Amino acid sequence: MNPTNILLIPLLPLLSFVLLGLFGKSFFKTKAGLVGCSLMLVSFIIAVVTASSYFFSTGLQNGQYQQLKPFIMPWLKFANGLVIEMGLLIDPLSMIMIFVVTFISLMVHIFSLSYMKGEERFHVYYAFLGLFTFSMLGLVLSSNIFQIYIFWELVGVSSFLLIGFFYQKSSALAAAKKAFIVTRFADLGFLIGILLLSAQAGTLDFLELISKLSTPGDTLTSALATTFMGFSALSWGLALVFMGAAGKSAMFPLHIWLPDAMEGPTPVSALIHAATMVVAGVFLVARLYPVYAFSGAGFVHFIDDIGAFTALFAAIIACTQTDIKRVLAYSTISQIGFMMFALGQVPPETNGAANLGYTASIFHLFTHAIFKALLFLGAGAVIHYVHSNEMKDMGGLRKKMPVTHAMFLLACLAIAGIPPFAGFFSKEEILLAAWENNPTIFWMALVTSGLTAFYMFRLYFSIFWNKEPEGHHHHEKEGDIFLLAPLVILGIGTVVAGFVPFSQLVSADRKPFETELHLQFSIAPVVVGLTGILLASWMYRKHSAVPENLARNMGGFYKAAKNKFYIDELWLGFTKGVLFNLIAKPAAWFDRNIVDGMVKATGSGMEWISYRIRGVQSGKVQQYGLFFLFGIIIIVSVYLFKNVPWR
Amino acid sequence: MNLILIILIPLLTGLAILGLNEKHARTAALAGALVQLVLALVLYAAFTQERSIGNVFPILFEQQYQWFPSLGFSFHIGVDGISIAMILLTAFVVIAGVLVSWNMEKMKKEFFFFLTLLGFGAYGFFISLDLMVMFFFLEIAVIPKYLFISIWGSGNKDYSANKLALMLMGGSALILIALLGMYFSMPPELRTFDMPKLAEMNIPFSLQRWVFPLIFTGFGIFTAMFPFHTWVPDGHSSAPTAGSMFLAGISMKLGGYGCLRAATYLFPEGAHEYSSIIIILASIAIIYGAFATMMQKDLKYINAYSSISHCGFVLLGIGMLTKTAITGAVFQMVSHGLMTALFFAIIGMVYERTHTRMVADMGGLLKVMPFIITTLYIAGFASLGLPGLSGFVAEMTVFVGSWENQTFFHRAATVIACASIVVTAVYILRAVGQVSMGPLKYSSDQKDDGRWNEKWAAVILIAGILLMGLAPFWLNDLVSPGVEVITNKLAGK
Repeated sequence: MNPTNILLIPLLPLLSFVLLGLFGKSFFKTKAGLVGCSLMLVSFIIAVVTASSYFFSTGLQNGQYQQLKPFIMPWLKFANGLVIEMGLLIDPLSMIMIFVVTFISLMVHIFSLSYMKGEERFHVYYAFLGLFTFSMLGLVLSSNIFQIYIFWELVGVSSFLLIGFFYQKSSALAAAKKAFIVTRFADLGFLIGILLLSAQAGTLDFLELISKLSTPGDTLTSALATTFMGFSALSWGLALVFMGAAGKSAMFPLHIWLPDAMEGPTPVSALIHAATMVVAGVFLVARLYPVYAFSGAGFVHFIDDIGAFTALFAAIIACTQTDIKRVLAYSTISQIGFMMFALGQVPPETNGAANLGYTASIFHLFTHAIFKALLFLGAGAVIHYVHSNEMKDMGGLRKKMPVTHAMFLLACLAIAGIPPFAGFFSKEEILLAAWENNPTIFWMALVTSGLTAFYMFRLYFSIFWNKEPEGHHHHEKEGDIFLLAPLVILGIGTVVAGFVPFSQLVSADRKPFETELHLQFSIAPVVVGLTGILLASWMYRKHSAVPENLARNMGGFYKAAKNKFYIDELWLGFTKGVLFNLIAKPAAWFDRNIVDGMVKATGSGMEWISYRIRGVQSGKVQQYGLFFLFGIIIIVSVYLFKNVPWR
Repeated sequence: MNLILIILIPLLTGLAILGLNEKHARTAALAGALVQLVLALVLYAAFTQERSIGNVFPILFEQQYQWFPSLGFSFHIGVDGISIAMILLTAFVVIAGVLVSWNMEKMKKEFFFFLTLLGFGAYGFFISLDLMVMFFFLEIAVIPKYLFISIWGSGNKDYSANKLALMLMGGSALILIALLGMYFSMPPELRTFDMPKLAEMNIPFSLQRWVFPLIFTGFGIFTAMFPFHTWVPDGHSSAPTAGSMFLAGISMKLGGYGCLRAATYLFPEGAHEYSSIIIILASIAIIYGAFATMMQKDLKYINAYSSISHCGFVLLGIGMLTKTAITGAVFQMVSHGLMTALFFAIIGMVYERTHTRMVADMGGLLKVMPFIITTLYIAGFASLGLPGLSGFVAEMTVFVGSWENQTFFHRAATVIACASIVVTAVYILRAVGQVSMGPLKYSSDQKDDGRWNEKWAAVILIAGILLMGLAPFWLNDLVSPGVEVITNKLAGK
């Protein structure tokens, strides 16, 4: 493990950001994309070499993958002994993540060469992509919990900048602000959680923190014994950290920013809001998995419930949306819900040993990144072609866009859980883990799977089948090589990713284990998935009145789902009604009128007093003489009576 | 290194400006500021050099001259890491201030003279080791501000100038009363204003308990301590650009420095006695200032109110009395000085082009002034505590330091302070977003970007912000030994 090489993985995208940010406009101009792509390509190659050498030669020792810290640099030493370090933490989790991040980022870089061609701020776009990739890689390689917070904020700001890339659109501004502020609110929890956990453990270093808080000892005892409002310090810390994770990963009720974030350029949605940044929350919980799963006083079951609920909730909304990117956004929320509740599947007695839930969650993160990026890039190609996000403007595109159509179909089959595509394998493991631990969750997940297949094929049929294409699309070709190559590569990935023997690579205790595919278990999910597809095919393959009639018959429920169950309105009411009208407005008024009023009152009080006593300075000699006389009398009497007893 | 140089250069620059004609005043001011910046860097280098060869004496480059022996004060100067950090900050802000005022039309000579004089006052303040000398320089840094606002200001400038000068004078009066009271209530043979000597004495608690609050409040007014902060919005919004930069960037730091050096260090038992009140007032300033900022519509008011919130972190850090928290307070002084100066500089640049400071009247300006707006984003991100920029380092250090105190009261105050990072994000993004994004609201769609002087001013301040944000360890190494002296005294060692 050569630390310099690993450092290059995040630093090359950073270089791309700095170069393009400073000289993009004056020097690189339209070559900016090539600069970004070539640096990203090198970074990807190094990441692949690093990850494969870790997995296949150096990492595994005595049957367990090692956790290595090849690079550590103290960044800020606090006087109380806590140190923020910038370091690299090499373990199976971070190695899988650097592969996912660099791979998807490279695909998006290439795709954007065509998709963003001719944009006025082309170089800025690539600069921001570089900044994001750097931050995301820094996040997954973090060896220190404060370091992860730093990169956590940086991915947030890159996301803000890219959502607001089309800055002249007011909706882009609103969406960018919303994304930043909602996640910032969640990060407040994360920050306080870090303060709490690090104060308990006396360290910010991940490995030390985890080992102190997950193995029996004084630290763990005191973290469990210190209580506040009935919960232990450890529970509070983990809950607050999870709040940060839930914000980034768009878990209910903090999911509201993600659908709006689709205002950004579509390749950005593929990279940030589907494949990488939004799974940071899953990554964080996975990073702290030993603490959550084995000592967190049952907090893990809360993660379980939130994840499963979010998955179902978002899937229902996804069935009703008509903007194709929003369908995909809700689908992302739902799929992250799968990953989250999979992490919550902890058998009570394993005590740190390998378990299916953890592996399945990361496996799903891996496959989802590939097929969801493909779906977004495919959607991008479609949007590029028809210049609209709305389903009603599409239809019958399968002949016009054969490559996109084929690849999109592959991805839809994958997410619907149809064998032998990637999503089948990972979702199968998740469902199995749920079945073994928590049957309620299993049934919820099964229903969600059916819904997933339904809304994905609703999307697929509406774009590529349904009505016949109208004549106003004059494009000859569906796109150039830069647009199509990433789709094909990701399509291949969607087919092969499922065959990766994931349990050999990633597990909770870093020891490889075997998983079997239980054929009889797979029957139910696959049948449910096929049912969803058939239903969608019946409703949307040909243009018909069925969907409308169904929607009408569902009445209020359909309306509520289409309006995203009014969660946005609830939040808006809270911010407008409480934060603005009940706190900020009175505070500003109080400041100008009461606090400053007192200052002004002091001033006018002085004026009043001086006005009253100015008569003393009258200039009349007789009056002065009188004052003089009284003064003398007073002084003399003080002198005379100074020895009287009562003094 | 001879510390006299630090105050001599601004003095000579000021005299040169007076002697030159209108046209060359700005050149002299820039040259002086540049020399001063180099000098500040040399001072930093010399200081770290001394430290690296093992000179652990807390105060270096000390000099002492008789001044008023009959009144017990002498011209005693010297620096530690904290003062050097503040001197560096002052040098950065002054040169940026000169640069943004480059095209000043009205009474150029006087303008640059007063700007240099303000710098003189601040430098003198930061190197003083005698309370009376410190007070002397503090006053030098107040009076020109009155003229600044009333001559070159805008809006309701007479009212603002009066208010600012009177409230700051009120603060000074409290300090003076406390100093004289302290002096005369000590036995004649012990009477002194010399800080190192006072630090070695055991000042009785009965004296500390009333001297400390007076001095702390007096300096607190300078640093916008709730409820004595109302001069801030009026003063900043009426002052000319360089005036606001100086006021928020340096002048408010005189207060924080004074609270730390004159009040907390010399009267530690007083500090323990009143720490909870300081924490309460600081927490109020942080969260209440942030919420009040949300409702502001004028860019200068936004930055002024946010300064109240941000300076609350300085007082919170000091009030928490732990080494980390106090280090954080010093970080916050440097960080806030840089970013708020940058913010005001940009507001000035934008105002010059749009002739409005109302957020609602602006929009989409990124298109016509990309450099200026990019800089605005950097200032905004620094303000909302984005990692990589200075604000993050300062705030996190205060938070970590505050968390060391384990009582519910301290934790609650810390959580309240943490919550402000969300409110800050709201008001910063509302303002910056509205100004830069959305449909273009501008008289033309031609580019009208920063000129060379404006770009250099921005680059200098951004360099400072990045230097602190990306590599906080150098500032940490500089500041923490100085803080340790103070915390040792607080711990009764």
